[in-house]
Amino acid sequence: MGLEEKAGNLGFVTTTLENVVNWSRTRAMWPLLSGLACCAIEMMAAQSSHYDMSRFGMELMRASPRQSDLLIVAGRVTNKMAPVLRRLYDQMPAPKWVISMGDCASNGGVFNNYAIIQGVDEVLPVDVYVAGCPPRPEALIHGILVLYDKVQQEGITEWA
Amino acid sequence: MGNNLQTAAETIQEKYNGEISSFRDQITLLLSKDSIVEVCQILRDDFSFGVLVDETVVDYWRRKEPRFQVVYQLHSRQHDERIFLRTPVSDDNPITSSVVSIYPNANWYEREIWDLFGIRFKGHPDLRRILLPKGYQGHPLRKDVPIKVEETRFTFNNDELARGKPRAKD
Repeated sequence: MGLEEKAGNLGFVTTTLENVVNWSRTRAMWPLLSGLACCAIEMMAAQSSHYDMSRFGMELMRASPRQSDLLIVAGRVTNKMAPVLRRLYDQMPAPKWVISMGDCASNGGVFNNYAIIQGVDEVLPVDVYVAGCPPRPEALIHGILVLYDKVQQEGITEWA
Repeated sequence: MGNNLQTAAETIQEKYNGEISSFRDQITLLLSKDSIVEVCQILRDDFSFGVLVDETVVDYWRRKEPRFQVVYQLHSRQHDERIFLRTPVSDDNPITSSVVSIYPNANWYEREIWDLFGIRFKGHPDLRRILLPKGYQGHPLRKDVPIKVEETRFTFNNDELARGKPRAKD
């Protein structure tokens, strides 16, 4: 309508601001290079050439929280590690998202004991939970794509 | 069994009324907790047991007196021999003597024992928690501490238990 008809095939594309910002966010979402336990092995495998998370805009994992916008909590969170993780999360610049990878991070898993936080959502706001012990790389990538869907639906009012 | 180990065990038994038990040439001496520092001193200086390999504790829960036994494992590099010492510690007053003055590496072992089992060591230079976070209450490796910290959630009680969970704010 309107603009497209007038512009013809001059090479214009019209879209909404929300759409284009969310699109760019999902195409370059850099995760924080942080692994807590055995799930980190699967996270590394997902990053490797066989599964290749780069296909989804995760070219590289940043070792600094100040350069990353996705925190993948890969593994069990101990009571001692929880404040450290929260601090890493606080250092990440907004907008930022959290994936809780695996059973231990999501709800404590088999570690129902004094040392482990029963779900990382007690200390961090989690966007996507990935089930599995550990989840295969495909499962993690699926979780990431679910997160992309979520990000894609964010409205301009939520950015403030 | 080596000669050095044999004489060491017999000397300690005679002098400090220790109780010897052996299993497959491993000698364990059960001692009273007042004599442990002196025994360690003698074993180190006179019988070349120069290495404290491990110090730990066993919780014989429901047995009231003594509830705990602190276990020391000593090694002699010169003779390649090992000796085990045990001292009973009661439930009401869980305190024993520190061997840090003899074996400096006992420092962290004893802090770990204090942290996880709540046994105090008289004469320890710096007895504070080593593994658990600072404000932690209790000593979780004692056998009367419940294993589970949270009720297992199933379909029928999930909503009820999920309501009581703490949740992080953004």
